[in-house]
Amino acid sequence: MSRTHVTCVLNGDPIDFLCNDYQTLLSVLRDELGMIGTKEGCGTGDCGACSVILDGQLVCSCLVFGPEVEGRSIETIEGMADGQHLHPLQESFLEGAAFQCGVCTPGFLVAAKALLDRNPTPTETEVRYGVAGNLCRCTGYDKIVRSILDAASRMSNPQTHKEAT
Amino acid sequence: MELLSANPGAAVFAGATDLIPQIQGGRPEPSLVVDLKRIPETSRIEAHNGVWRVGAAIPAAVLTAHAGLSTTFPGLVEAAGLIGSDQIQGRATLGGNLCNASPAADSVPPLVALGADAIIVGPGGERSAPVSEVVIGPGATSLDQAEFITGFRIPSPSQGSSDAYERFIPRTEMDIAVVGSAARIRVDGDGRCEEASVVLAAVAPTVVEVGAASGILAGRVIPTDSARDPFWDELGEAVVSCCNPIDDKRGTAEFRRRVAQVLARRTVVTAARRARETL
Amino acid sequence: MTTTRTGYKWVGTRPVRHDGLDKVTGRARFGADYATAGMLHGVVLRSPHPHAHIVAIDFSDALAVPGVKAIITGADLPDLSDEFGTGSEGGINFRDLSRNILARDKVLYEGHPVAAVAAVTLRIAQQAAEMIEVEYEVLPAVLSMEHAMEDDAPVLHDDLYTLGLDSPPERPSNISRRRVIARGDLDAGWEEADVVVEREYTTKAVHQGYIEPHAVVAETGEDGRSTLWCSSQGHFAMRTYTTKVLGWEPGDMKVIPAEIGGGFGGKTTIYLEPLAALLSRRAGRAVKMVMTRSEVFRATGPTSGSVMRIKMGARRDGKLVAAIAWMAYEAGAFPGSPIGPGVMTVLAPYDIPNVLIEGFDVVLNKPKVAAYRAPGAPMAAFAAESVVDELAEKLGMDPIELRIRNAVTEGVRAVYGPKYRKIGFVETLEEARDHPHYSAPLGPWQGRGVASGYWFNFGGETTATVSINEDGTAVVMSGCPDIGGTRAALAQMAAEELGIDVHRIEPVVADTHSIGYNDMTGGSRVAFAVGIAVVDASRQLIEDMCSRAALIWDVPREEVEWVDGRAQSVTGAAAPLTLEELASGSANTGGPLSATVTVNPRGAGAGFSTQICDVEVDPDTGLVTVLRYTVVQDAGRAIHPDYVEGQMQGGAVQGIGWALNEEYIFDRDGVMENPGFLDYRMPVASDLPMIDTVIVEVPNPDHPYGVRGVGETGIIPPMAAVANAVYAATGKRMQDLPMSPVRVLEALSGD
Repeated sequence: MSRTHVTCVLNGDPIDFLCNDYQTLLSVLRDELGMIGTKEGCGTGDCGACSVILDGQLVCSCLVFGPEVEGRSIETIEGMADGQHLHPLQESFLEGAAFQCGVCTPGFLVAAKALLDRNPTPTETEVRYGVAGNLCRCTGYDKIVRSILDAASRMSNPQTHKEAT
Repeated sequence: MELLSANPGAAVFAGATDLIPQIQGGRPEPSLVVDLKRIPETSRIEAHNGVWRVGAAIPAAVLTAHAGLSTTFPGLVEAAGLIGSDQIQGRATLGGNLCNASPAADSVPPLVALGADAIIVGPGGERSAPVSEVVIGPGATSLDQAEFITGFRIPSPSQGSSDAYERFIPRTEMDIAVVGSAARIRVDGDGRCEEASVVLAAVAPTVVEVGAASGILAGRVIPTDSARDPFWDELGEAVVSCCNPIDDKRGTAEFRRRVAQVLARRTVVTAARRARETL
Repeated sequence: MTTTRTGYKWVGTRPVRHDGLDKVTGRARFGADYATAGMLHGVVLRSPHPHAHIVAIDFSDALAVPGVKAIITGADLPDLSDEFGTGSEGGINFRDLSRNILARDKVLYEGHPVAAVAAVTLRIAQQAAEMIEVEYEVLPAVLSMEHAMEDDAPVLHDDLYTLGLDSPPERPSNISRRRVIARGDLDAGWEEADVVVEREYTTKAVHQGYIEPHAVVAETGEDGRSTLWCSSQGHFAMRTYTTKVLGWEPGDMKVIPAEIGGGFGGKTTIYLEPLAALLSRRAGRAVKMVMTRSEVFRATGPTSGSVMRIKMGARRDGKLVAAIAWMAYEAGAFPGSPIGPGVMTVLAPYDIPNVLIEGFDVVLNKPKVAAYRAPGAPMAAFAAESVVDELAEKLGMDPIELRIRNAVTEGVRAVYGPKYRKIGFVETLEEARDHPHYSAPLGPWQGRGVASGYWFNFGGETTATVSINEDGTAVVMSGCPDIGGTRAALAQMAAEELGIDVHRIEPVVADTHSIGYNDMTGGSRVAFAVGIAVVDASRQLIEDMCSRAALIWDVPREEVEWVDGRAQSVTGAAAPLTLEELASGSANTGGPLSATVTVNPRGAGAGFSTQICDVEVDPDTGLVTVLRYTVVQDAGRAIHPDYVEGQMQGGAVQGIGWALNEEYIFDRDGVMENPGFLDYRMPVASDLPMIDTVIVEVPNPDHPYGVRGVGETGIIPPMAAVANAVYAATGKRMQDLPMSPVRVLEALSGD
């Protein structure tokens, strides 16, 4: 089978890859590029474990064909930390015990980032709907929602946060 | 189009939120997939002379973020905002929602209630057809193999007119509608209903318009709450007479008949309130 | 949230977990994240029929496809006879296990594996699997328990004769076992009862719903020695089971534990492991197999659907005097539902003098059930706790007060035999009663329900090693996969003992060749049993280090004590020696500092939980919304309260899903209709409120810090708590799960 050559931007870096026509972006990330942080929970867009941000839009990478990302920009969990500094969401998830097994965590972090990019000061309800496309079976969501709210408040009051730490 | 004509096994996609799971679920891989998004007009939103043109391949998330659309067609936009999760709305489109031809598609009832036309392009050029005529049964459309939808023409609502959509699902997100209802209401200066359209999803093989709704509601002052008034029973009967539901994994026929009445009432109330607010 | 006050430095605190950074950056490697160069991809061909004889399998065309390297069928596995092994959540029959992994002569559920294929790509393997020709003789399927238990029902296994009957059966049947627990004099009990409630309840099969599908990479060498990378709740058990099914030697297989993306009991057994290992052996290359979500639903888990009839009688003063429970649990295609723990737990919270409990294990043409969080107890509690609620109403008594009057306490004999040791059931009830939630006002169509639950908890075989590095840091090694924060809890206990910072300790989950045997992460056992081993090993190390200090100082051992991570002279004759100093000089005092402890502890410490649920019911649609939820649970001692709360919250929400929307739906032909997360409706974040927690601490005297297992108990009360709340909101008793909108609206139209 012939493979398509695709050029795109992944976590800020220009990259290219070869993929089959029906290969999903999820499979490209994991199987072609070795980026295993993005997880597959269902393959049908119903669990959110494979969430990535595509040109600023939160999507399930299992519902995107690889060749579609030609010329576009993808953000994954691997690009969330800024060098040696974790994203405030990653910090709040760690400190707030927002995960147990951790397999849904990358998807939640990416979805939460997309939410805060769009709405920096969400209410609890907005957070709950903002991550309603992400399934977690371990936590009952309580500590995840608290951690996202905590990160939002850290990000909107960076000074307070710096003093606290 | 030549590609589509030459490839009977080809599939057109925009958001692929239905196509990819279908392939995962055993649908034979299409001989060719055509990404509609690469055709610029499928991604445009324009308003000219009282008619909106909304591209077929625009993700729901873009529609819900569009201020003009949200004020003009609140019901259509709330339907788009109910299709799956935020992730799905980053991909799912009006064109795909219609052409997947599910009786439970959320965005189709408001399009029908608004009197929207689908702009269809094929080897013979461009034609248009009422949205209500595109889907002919579960999974089946009236489009030819080489035709696809590039967008929708939706007449701007006149003053005193607005719409609403509501669906019932067992959870708060991530489900397919067990029942859906769209309503478009036009009221006069006194807030009295002049014209109504009620369109239901998931209660029949295709979405269905409650033809009697306008006659029942015309001349009524629709209350701000959904308190019991005799004409609601009349509307309920009209709703039930349009329903031809099935028992399936998502709900029973009886449940669908009952909840369709509830949602029809609720959406009429909401649309009427919004309509009065435009005055 | 409760802050525990312990007087300890590390126990009871909330440090960032050691594996946390890997899990928030995407670096943690779960089952499907392993790959080796040149590995093959394996897929399973599954039965489209729920019940059929396999007449013939022809895979010659499939094997001829370029890129296909190996195909196996049931005939390639040794034909085992009945042989029982133990797991941490119930026994296992290796003969049935083998036949569940690859059908031999019969398929017993839609999705039952028939063959497995390994090829150079996943697509080729899938295409080849579709080319395998299987000739079936389709048999009538048994899809309901009522049907399965009828005398003339089609029989799944013609060698299955019911165990536990009063007289030996003459014919095979679908009832594999009858379990009976009886005590007292029921007639006298009913005589004494002023109020009696009798009801029938049903529940549907529900899935554990872990987000990570089963996955394995197996590499078997030319010498027959193999390595497996897989996520499971216990890699030692995976090795035992896999080698048993293959007829291989356990010592020839190394299992390397991947991070596990949720298990809840469902990853205490094997599905893909022997297939991948054998395909790898045949092909001479590594083989990777990953289930699709549909396969996970159709062929792994779930837990039993059930039918239960409960009758209970109470005196006017609230004393429960008699109870009968009749319970039948679906086992799926092979015997082995959790009916055992079902009959043992159904009335376990209460001291009832006259009791008869009868339970049945029933096979039918559905996937073989697997353990799910407190296996067998949640459905039993749904029935029993609903009856208790109704009795309270009939007696005009507060439902918590009724429970307090009948609650088991230390020294009371459990209905299933032993006497309770120190337990905290009454404490959970009192905390719930006094919680502001219990007296908060409610609006129209809103209602409040309470329910309680009991779980045994488990100890199990355990090995742990604590080693000190030359810089005074430590490694705590166990062999139990960390599903929810146990690395942190074990490190905290070691830190407390050794007197060093918890983040100077690295907790490690070691593979089968790097540490001694460990039972699975199951039965809520890790913080308890592995905790005991880690504490013992730490204390042995302290003893060793004190001896070495005594050697250095040339004083008797008795003159050295361990304080705050240092050896101190009790006489003050020498300057203290820090752990770092002792570690760096260990070569001169007897060699490396390391201690290994093996234990199989008893006294896991029974767990009790009492939960309060508020719901609002939409009378027009039957939709039930959970408005407020509080979990009160006895943890004995919360080592890391965040993760104890997490277990309580996660268990409660799984129970809420079970109560409201989760169910296996089969069509008339026995094909599962909802094998995906779209229509198998697990709760999403927007369905729920915050889940409040109250950690009760009645220390377990059999653990050095008082730990009781906390992982399972939380899932037991929710279904009854929700049902009791729906009753309070609507006046309708919901006796069938799930309480989906369709069911609730039907109940409301009964007026």
